[in-house]
Amino acid sequence: MQQLATRREYPEHSKPFRKKAALLSVIALGLGQLYNRQYAKGILMLAFYAYGVFTAVTSLPHALWALSTLGETETHLQKVGKLYKQVLGDHSIFLMVEGLITVFIMIVLVWMYIAGIKDAYQTGKLREEGVQPNTFNQTLSFVMSYRFPHIVLAIPMLGVVFFTVMPIIFMILVAFTDFTRETMPPAHLINWEGFEAFWGILRNKAWSHTFYSVTLWTFIWAFFATVTGYFGGFAAALLVQSKGIRFKPFWRTAFILPFAIPMFVSTLIMRNIFNGQFGPVNQYLGMLGIAKAPWLSDPLWAKITLVLVNFWLSFPVSMLMIIGILSTIPKDMYEAADIDGASGTQKTRLITFPMVMYSMAPLIIMQFVANINNFNIVYLLTNGKPLNGDFQFAGHTDILITWLFKLSMEQGKYNYASVIGIFIFIVLSVFAVWNVRRTKAFKEEDAS
Amino acid sequence: MKPGNKARTTIRLSFSYIALILLTAFCAYPALWVLMSSVRTGDALFSDTILPTAYTFSHYTELFAKHPFGVWYMNTLKIAVSSMILGTILTLLTGYTFSVFRFTGRKNLMSLLLVLGLFPGFMSMIAIYILLNQMNLLNTHTAVIIVYAAGAPLYFLFAKSYFDTIPRSLVEAARIDGAGHMPIFFRIVLPLSTPLIVYTALMTFTGAFTDFIFAKLVLRSPDKKTLAVGLFDMIGDRFSNEFTMFAAGCVLAAVPVTILFILMQRFLVEGLTAGADKG
Repeated sequence: MQQLATRREYPEHSKPFRKKAALLSVIALGLGQLYNRQYAKGILMLAFYAYGVFTAVTSLPHALWALSTLGETETHLQKVGKLYKQVLGDHSIFLMVEGLITVFIMIVLVWMYIAGIKDAYQTGKLREEGVQPNTFNQTLSFVMSYRFPHIVLAIPMLGVVFFTVMPIIFMILVAFTDFTRETMPPAHLINWEGFEAFWGILRNKAWSHTFYSVTLWTFIWAFFATVTGYFGGFAAALLVQSKGIRFKPFWRTAFILPFAIPMFVSTLIMRNIFNGQFGPVNQYLGMLGIAKAPWLSDPLWAKITLVLVNFWLSFPVSMLMIIGILSTIPKDMYEAADIDGASGTQKTRLITFPMVMYSMAPLIIMQFVANINNFNIVYLLTNGKPLNGDFQFAGHTDILITWLFKLSMEQGKYNYASVIGIFIFIVLSVFAVWNVRRTKAFKEEDAS
Repeated sequence: MKPGNKARTTIRLSFSYIALILLTAFCAYPALWVLMSSVRTGDALFSDTILPTAYTFSHYTELFAKHPFGVWYMNTLKIAVSSMILGTILTLLTGYTFSVFRFTGRKNLMSLLLVLGLFPGFMSMIAIYILLNQMNLLNTHTAVIIVYAAGAPLYFLFAKSYFDTIPRSLVEAARIDGAGHMPIFFRIVLPLSTPLIVYTALMTFTGAFTDFIFAKLVLRSPDKKTLAVGLFDMIGDRFSNEFTMFAAGCVLAAVPVTILFILMQRFLVEGLTAGADKG
């Protein structure tokens, strides 16, 4: 509404309202609004300001102290009367999380404070131009209609900030501390350690060897998992959709089966199917007179089994997507090719394949990224086994994310795990940002 | 058509059918195997014959007698349905807002959310664990539901691109007629979005139904466990001792989700290709 206000000549009695309003707002948020005769709004903002100042005074110093020192008193025994009693010290991790939350809230408060000052200034400016400031009801309806997206997004954003952003920041902070199971609070204090954990992984021979090997395997795994799944799905899609095949819905449904069965169930089942001693696969091989294969116990075989099981799990998704894309390829392209006398394979190679590749490229990248992080299949199928004596707490088939999990949940080396987490974070972000920026759904569609 | 051509087509088709049958066997085998294991007598993983010689349903009844399987089932359904409702509403609202409104920071916010969506939630599980501990929510279903629902809006992209296809003139006409944002969303946009709602609901439901790593961390006592956690522990604790019973549990857990997926096939195709550049 403010934007719609018509510009007028400055009346004779115009005063410098805007500076006064803004200044008053700087002193105490809401005063500027009161000065602008927006009483209800002003009182609300004053109350908010009082709350903000109260929070800042009461908890900000504590939060800053907590974040910078991570606690100063350790749990210790203290003489109370004649007895020694255990006195709980500072809990470094709680202090860190609390400090983070307080800092987050303060950032929001400061942002709202600045917005309030801006508002007072704008309203003052309008008054100078002789426009009546909005009444409270007008303000409300303005907020409801023009700030609607912000209000709606606030709820999901709150969830994202609390359960995704803050944990990630926490993880990044932990990488710079000495937080391990041995220094577990509240019995011990945690200290800032700078890049100690980073050097620990990169400079120590045993650790860096593990890190490089696991990283290499992660990428090899992601590559093969993505490629097999994609081309398997492509072949299945072409097979199902090819001319003359009957009962198409039946075949499609049969191939969706691996996708439809909950993954944790099918992976646990696969672990038993490929069991070296009792599993049915080796049993059938035995019946055929072929030697048993060490599906899960030999390093190379275990890796092949992983890719194979992942193929089973993932080709239906690619197939469904490619079937969807095949239906969008214009028929006249094939008709034109027919007239030119192209053979079936030529049509597949020169029309279908490039069209599908063009559409699927972003999805393939996304699958590659998802496979780098494919925790479930590795954890449930091999759990990183077979063990590797040269590695620090990792097996032959462990990928970065399962190694991270083992380091934190099993070994309690939280700082090292966080370093790995940061590394994964950086690798993923590069792929993700690049990919997200170029997908069509993301590009502006303002023309419509 | 020339006769030679016809013969070639027949050969091509026969090869295609052979390939289709082989692939079907490959896809269905694990499901059939676990189904057969669950009705086999004895409790071992190993069996001498491919087909069981004697059938029994005792493993199914044992499952309920020896483990609180019914409780796990109800827990899982409760968690999955609640997170489905909350998560779907949040996802749809997020997608709608990004699709219809233009505001500062919109694009950056979108790419931020998409990037964040790539991180597996448990990468920062320690922090979530502490957070839940502070809110006194450990070992409660509320915690799991909140975390699942809060994570759902990160996958708003399909919702956004679906809403992009709804004509803007429809929304604008309603606005000129004086309808508010919320009535427009619920009365006009949502009724046009059945495939989207089904897909989003299905994905959040199965996500919550099958997740085990986070549930395992938060839910500790046996009466709070979900199916995934219960089944995982069953086979982790006493490996191959109760294999046939575990198989029965797998069948019971997998059947509803599998049927849902098969019935909702056509919605899946649309949802999965949301990120693709359609010509």
